[in-house]
Amino acid sequence: MSKDSFAQKVAKTQVWKSIFRHGPPDNARNRAAVIAGNVFLHLHPIKLKKSGVQLGYTWCMGGLTFFVFLALAVTGILLMFYYRPTAEYAFNDVIALREHVPLGIMRELHRWGAHAMVITVWLHMFRVFMTGSYKPPREFNWGVGVILLVLTLLLSFTGYLLPWDQLAIWAITVGSNMAKATPFLGHGGPGANLAQIGDFIMVSDKNDVRFQLLGGRFVGEAALLRFYILHCVFIPVVVSVLIAIHFWRVRKDGGISAPL
Amino acid sequence: MSNRTTINRREFFSFLSVGWITFAAAAGGMASLVFRFLYPNVVFEPAMDFVAGAPSDFDDGVDERWKNVFGVWMYKNEGRVVALSNICTHLGCVPTWLPAERKFKCPCHGSGYYANGINFEGPAPRPLERYKVSLDAAGQIIVDKTKIFRYEKGEWTHPDSFVTA
Repeated sequence: MSKDSFAQKVAKTQVWKSIFRHGPPDNARNRAAVIAGNVFLHLHPIKLKKSGVQLGYTWCMGGLTFFVFLALAVTGILLMFYYRPTAEYAFNDVIALREHVPLGIMRELHRWGAHAMVITVWLHMFRVFMTGSYKPPREFNWGVGVILLVLTLLLSFTGYLLPWDQLAIWAITVGSNMAKATPFLGHGGPGANLAQIGDFIMVSDKNDVRFQLLGGRFVGEAALLRFYILHCVFIPVVVSVLIAIHFWRVRKDGGISAPL
Repeated sequence: MSNRTTINRREFFSFLSVGWITFAAAAGGMASLVFRFLYPNVVFEPAMDFVAGAPSDFDDGVDERWKNVFGVWMYKNEGRVVALSNICTHLGCVPTWLPAERKFKCPCHGSGYYANGINFEGPAPRPLERYKVSLDAAGQIIVDKTKIFRYEKGEWTHPDSFVTA
């Protein structure tokens, strides 16, 4: 009987066995257990079809989108160490991130990543459409994907205000004026005049959906703070939950798209 | 053990529905509180009405003294003073007054307006809005931004839309 190698000794310790509940992945059962017993990997299908790893079929666009999202989370958290979302500091902090902070490319990485994510999300959607992968039983996951597309665009929109320069302020002014035109809920939209009792206007510029979005009547400091919270906390949390559901449903609905 | 009361199926479901209704009411109340939380009681923005000065303080033409604070151009012509909104009617940017060319020009998409607020170039669909103006007891002009007058609705002839110098 040969002596155990160092790796074999480690694999027999209580610490190792408490973390990894399965034996070495040298057979089909253990290889499945590697996936199923890991909180991150278990979102992934246990078995893949050959077409699932063919780059020409999937373009790996969903995976690339997830990679870019992770890169954006990392660079975004790093930017938060320097950026202060106030009218007094925001613009100067963005300049300082380029001029005075080491690795001045960090904000550009975040910005390029944001552009890249919109592109990869779109290409992923295009691929899913062209391979017919929205068809039953995957129609629910298509719906989740559409919400993720909208949230990706909202992340771009909310992030656009944060540099707090002229381009940002006026772009968000123009963009948030769309909320003003919401039927019944925006004070410039159709049906806003219906909610009027005598001289009292129920839907006005100080209580409509645009006011709620901006925290004021125009794009000011309250809007900057609201967009910061939406951009850094609220939307990323929702996106993370939906991404988990998205991946889980890929597994449950028959794996990466292929003829069923 | 022996004191344990029993409930039958029907009672169980009535308890269950009371529980769910209570939970739904609490969750709904909480959601509406969060909704209300997002509407602040006070916003730290310039007031919606202000004292602009006496009509005789203004020369004929466009006056920019209140533009940066209150977003209003005072315009005096033929003995009438009006308060022009500085919000472009296209998509809501702020135009610039160009004295040499005697026009308002929006930097966002190029809309142009005459000094009286009538649009003549670019994508702006209608003239600049005018705010309600009135004279107080001391003869000072009060501008009230909560009431607007639109040219395309024929409201610029309304007596509240101008003061006579």
